Parts: sequence; C-alpha cells; structure tokens
Amino acid sequence: MRRIISILMENEPGALSRVVGLFSQRGYNIETLTVAPTEDETLSRLTMTTNGDDNKIEQITKHLNKLIEVVKLVDLTEGAHIEREIMLMKVKATGAQRAEVKRTVDIFRGQIVDVTSTVYTVQLTGTTDKLEAFINAVGETQVLEVVRSGVSGIARGEKVLSL
Amino acid sequence: MEMLSGAEMVVRALQEEGVEYIFGYPGGSVLHIYDALFQQDKVSHILVRHEQAATHAADGYARATGKPGVVMVTSGPGATNAITGMATAFMDSIPMVVLSGQVRSDWIGDDAFQETDMIGVSRPVVKHSFMVRDPKDIPEIVKKAFYIASTGRPGPVLIDIPKDHTAPNKTFPFEYPKKVKMRSYAPVTRGHSGQIRKAVEELLKAKRPVIYAGGGVVQGEASEGLTALAHKLNFPVTNTLMGLGGFPGEDRQCLGMLGMHGTYEANMAMHSADVILAAGARLDDRVTNNVKKFCPGAKIIHIDIDPASISKNILAHIPIVGPVKQVLDDMLEMLNEHGGEPDQKALERWWQEIEGWREFHGLRYEVDENGQMKPQQVVQALYKATNGDAYVTSDVGQHQMFAAQFYKYKRPRQWINSGGLGTMGFGLPSAMGVQFAYPDAVVACVTGEGSIQMNIQELSTCLQYGLPIKIININNQALGMVRQWQDMQYGGRHSQSNMESLPDFVKLAESYGHVGIRVDRFEDLEGAMNEAFSLKDRLVFMDIYVDPNEHVYPMHIAEGSMRDMWLSKTERT
Ligand SMILES: Cc1ncc(C[n+]2csc(CCOP(=O)(O)OP(=O)(O)O)c2C)c(N)n1
Ligand SMILES: [Mg+2]
Repeated sequence: MRRIISILMENEPGALSRVVGLFSQRGYNIETLTVAPTEDETLSRLTMTTNGDDNKIEQITKHLNKLIEVVKLVDLTEGAHIEREIMLMKVKATGAQRAEVKRTVDIFRGQIVDVTSTVYTVQLTGTTDKLEAFINAVGETQVLEVVRSGVSGIARGEKVLSL
Repeated sequence: MEMLSGAEMVVRALQEEGVEYIFGYPGGSVLHIYDALFQQDKVSHILVRHEQAATHAADGYARATGKPGVVMVTSGPGATNAITGMATAFMDSIPMVVLSGQVRSDWIGDDAFQETDMIGVSRPVVKHSFMVRDPKDIPEIVKKAFYIASTGRPGPVLIDIPKDHTAPNKTFPFEYPKKVKMRSYAPVTRGHSGQIRKAVEELLKAKRPVIYAGGGVVQGEASEGLTALAHKLNFPVTNTLMGLGGFPGEDRQCLGMLGMHGTYEANMAMHSADVILAAGARLDDRVTNNVKKFCPGAKIIHIDIDPASISKNILAHIPIVGPVKQVLDDMLEMLNEHGGEPDQKALERWWQEIEGWREFHGLRYEVDENGQMKPQQVVQALYKATNGDAYVTSDVGQHQMFAAQFYKYKRPRQWINSGGLGTMGFGLPSAMGVQFAYPDAVVACVTGEGSIQMNIQELSTCLQYGLPIKIININNQALGMVRQWQDMQYGGRHSQSNMESLPDFVKLAESYGHVGIRVDRFEDLEGAMNEAFSLKDRLVFMDIYVDPNEHVYPMHIAEGSMRDMWLSKTERT
C-alpha cells in the first residue's frame, strides 16, 4: 500500500543523507521525496511516499524514529489528509493540438505559464492520481518534458505536526 | 573562563567523561590532539598496531565494563581501518566513541591527501555521527556523543574532526556541559506497566515456558533481575550467543545456548514452548532457523529497549519496549506483591520432559583414544584450568562455538565475542581491552589459526603494555567452520578452506617476546594449560593441534524449525 510519511527533523547538514541512506540500507523503496525548512528554521519538513504492507511500514517508521535527527514523524495515510504535488510540463502545441491541449489544461484546472509557437509550458497542482490522469489525457506522444515536485502532505482538521 | 585550543578541548572533554583509556594510532590529521594528549596524564593512550585492533580493544573494554570504549584514528586509511570494528560494535550494541581526524575544513571535498568521507563511509554502522564544524562546539559534541553511545540501545558514535579545528594557536572558552539537551533523542526509560502486567499474567498461565535471554540482559545489567525472576518462577532459561553469562551457566535451570549451534534441550524446549519470554534478544536468523516454522505453539512476550527489534522477524504477542532491567525487576515485584503461582503440576511435567532431552545429551562428541585431540577437549581443559572464572574472548569459527558450548559462564560480561557481525580478528584485541580494564583478571582468548592471523600484530602491543593474556589457539589447520559447511553442503569440496602453510606459532610468539607452548597430545593438555596459567605475568600463546575433521553439533538443519538439528555427522532429529 502507498504511504505518505511526513517527518519533522533537525535542519542540519547530513540529516537528509541519513534518512535516504536508511532506505537503501534496509531495502525500502522511496517513490517521492521533498524536503524544505519550516517556519522554524531549525527544523526541516520532509515528506516521502513509499510502498509496503503494515509490517514493513511499521519497521520503516520505527527505524526513522531511531535516527537522532528525526524529531517527529507521522504516517499521513493513517488519517484524513491533503496531499499535493506540483508538476511543470512542456507539451507540444502545434496546429489543431494547440486548442486541444488548452482545453485539457482548463479541464484539469492547470495553467499555461509559458508559451512559444510550438510549445506550452503547463503548471498543474493536485494529487498524484490527478497528475497522472492529466499526462494520460494529453497523451504521452505530446509530452516533451515533465518535472514533478514529489508529494507534500498535511493532515486535515486541527491535527498538526509540530514540536 | 578557561581558554583552550580545539585539541585541548577534545582531551579535556575526554577527561571530563572519566575516560581511562583511548585506543588509537596517530597520523597527520590528529597530530594536534596527540600533542595535547602528550601534555597530560589523566587519559592513557594505548598504541595498537592496526586501527581495527583499536576498535576491537575499545569494544572489549566496553563489553567487560559497560563503559564506552574510546578510539582515536587519523583520517583516510586510519579511519577506514576502524570501520570493521565499528560495524562489529554496532551489530552487538556496544557503546563506543570513535574520534577520527579529518583534513582541513577548507580542503574537504577536494580529494586532499588522506581524505575520506568518514561520515558517509561509516553511516550504516554508527548509531550517530558528528562532524565538528566549529571548534567551539567540541565540548557539546563530545558530551552528546558519550550520551548517545551509552544510553538507549547503545552503539558506536563517530566524531569527525577537521585538523584546523584542533590547531594550537586558536583558543576558545571551555566549559563542559553538565547535561545533554536533545529534543530529538529520548530513549525509553520505562516499559509500559499495563504490558508488563499482561506479560506476568501470561507467564503465570504458562505450562511450557522458556525464558530466552539475549545480549540485552548482559549489556542492560539485567542479569540479577533475570536470575531472580527465573528462580522465583522455576522456569528454564536459555541464552543466546550474546547472552551467555546473563544467567549462571551451571545453574540447574540453565539450558545453555540456543539456536544454530544451541544445545538439544534448549532448541527442543523452545520449539515445544507455549510461552516464550524473550528478554533483550532480537530473534535473529541464527536463533530462529526458518521463521515460518518458529515455535508454532508459543505466545511471545518480547522485551527490548529498541522498538525496531520487536516484531521485526517474529511477531510479538506482548511487546514491551523498555530497559530489560527495569521491566524484569517490575515483573518480579508484581509477582512478589500480588502473589500468584505458576502452574506447578504443569511445570513439573515440563521439567521432566526437559530432563529427558538433557539426558539425551546433544553436546556429546566422540573421542578416539589413539587419535587426535578434539577441540571440545581443549575448551573443557580451559574451563577446568581457570575454574570457570576467566574472562574468555573469542574469535569466529568452530572454536567460538565450542567456547560457547563447553565453557559455562558464571557471570555477565565474562564471555566476549563478536556475535552479530562474526568478525574474525576480534579475539586478541578485545582481550587486550578486557585486560586493560581488569589488569589482575585472568583473560583467555580462544581462537583459531585462521582468526588469530587477522590481528596477530597485536602481540607487539601486548608486549609493550605487559598484558598477560593467554591465547588458546585451537589449531585445526583449517578454516574449520567454512570446511564444515563444505562438508555438509558442498560434497566435501574444500574450496580455499585449508591454509597450506602456517607459521610456527611458538617461534612467532617468542619473536614477539612472549612464551609459546605447542600441544599435540591430549595427555599433555592439562599440564600445558596449568603451566600457561601459572605464568601470571606473561602472555602465553598455546598452539594446540586438534582434529581437523571435527564438526560443531548440534547444528540446525537449514530451513527447518528450531528442533530440526544435525546431532552428529550421521544422526539427525
Ligand atoms: C573477517 C572474516 N572473514 C571471513 C569470515 C568467514 N568465516 C567464518 S568462520 C571462518 C573460519 C575461521 O577459521 P579459524 O579461525 O581457524 O576457526 P575454526 O573454524 O577453524 O575454529 C571464516 C573464514 C569471517 N567470519 N570473518
Ligand atoms: Mg581453524
């Protein structure tokens, strides 16, 4: 099962390599990974998506918790949560396809953020599913380049991950 | 406030931590620190002959005393040489602080002379690591390093120190922190009392209980509590390779070691148990055999300080995360306060069954009166010559298993071996660490002619510091454990497991300035042992030739359950 693990960790050099190292060392998979400082600049927030059954995820979270720099962590998929990923994409836009691509972008509530005579650069935000649906809708042959940010997530309601 | 250089701060911080010994080897990047060491006499530096030995010596010291072992090495090759010893300590949860020199901070990343990314190289084998980025941080980093190394599940901690941060011409105010403040590190200090109560209820209901005690009992100082609890309940106890001595080996309730080369009775009892109390053990593959067939009827109560050890390999029915000592002590207190008795009738039947397995005697081996000496006889003679009181360190191989099976350890920390990593070359340097910790104790290193050659250079260190270690080289002229597997699984094809030349170990010991004794016949064994142990202030190298064809039994049959064992070359369960 796909999981979104959200980690609050010390914003120190080397901390990220320990998290990433743990995954390769123990044979766990990282699908996406995003990391940036939080409003408290001594802390970073790291979000990763991974796959595994309950036992595996339990092991992963236990081992992550053992890392000295990890302050707190939560498996967002255990409760109601919001997940977002941002995608930038260059799409072929010539002839009749120009209008077609524009329509698809509108349907998915994306934005065209740059234009040339042959290419649209599209920005789209949403869940991983939505981004994938968009790529399918545009059609792989039209896609020139895709850049995705990886998943960020936050719990719904009043729950917060903080010190 | 006192102004000190980075190097002086390192040394002062070690003094503040009460460090008696640093095991190390100098080199360019740590010369400032060595100069500061020279100018004081509170911390003694032990000059080994290879950095791997420094880590094993520090490790032996830590295993014998419970205090963190301290290592100092230079950057590059010095640091990488220390990796095997750090990995050894990591696998067995041994507290250790390793200080490694690093190239000047402004050269890091430029492939400078003797530059290795030690933080990167060591990452998977340390509990934590620090890079000194500002000399002002040295006191706090050292304080944290010792704290992290020795609390929770202990382990090695690395401090990597660029040379310029120890320069003598730059000084900083020095104050050693009294307390550690770390918001992100808070090891568990108590097991959950509700879980402990549940566990006690389960123990009282048990009809076929076994206490399975691991290295956590030894490292966690829980041996007394374990022994009291086992006696109170009259439950059988089996120890892991790491846990030997955690329960007295000669006690009636002791079933000896369990697992791959465990005793027949220990493995049979485990397989037939209805309740297993796993204390400070991690149910690793050398114990469980095939996890799918592991102890089918047993409810498992698992106590460990490390939550990640629980339900990793085998699902625990009652997990208890906490210090083994506190949890066992609480169990005993609960039993004493609230009364409650285990089912005596059932226990009586259970003990009868166990006695039956004991009588079967799985540790028996055949002696050929006219033939060669057996390695088992050597360990038994050692046991006798030392009254079962010696500290025994071991290398890795058949001799290690015989030392685990045939020497009955009375007390925790008496048996010192590399269990998790199985590091050949561990025996002699770890014995040095033990002898430094206890200069008057009898320390024996049980080794093989393969393993001893992996750190033989330390004979020189032993002479320099006058360490009267007794080396028991069980010489089967082969990498015996490898050969055994080749006999059993590769049709006897001894691929690269025979050393076709061996040194004359007696002469070799003598040339290092020690005493060497060679023994070929069983009738000379006891006399030679007594002679060796009577030389109280000399290192004696006993080179004892034994039957190269002997195997270690019992041995788990691969992929089977715990009770599936080879009992000799021809019999199996
Ligand atoms: C550093 C290292 N290399 C290889 C091994 C694999 N290994 C395990 S036991 C063994 C043989 C050890 O030979 P010896 O020290 O003579 O002991 P014996 O088994 O003969 O008693 C080997 C090669 C190991 N454990 N450690
Ligand atoms: Mg050998």
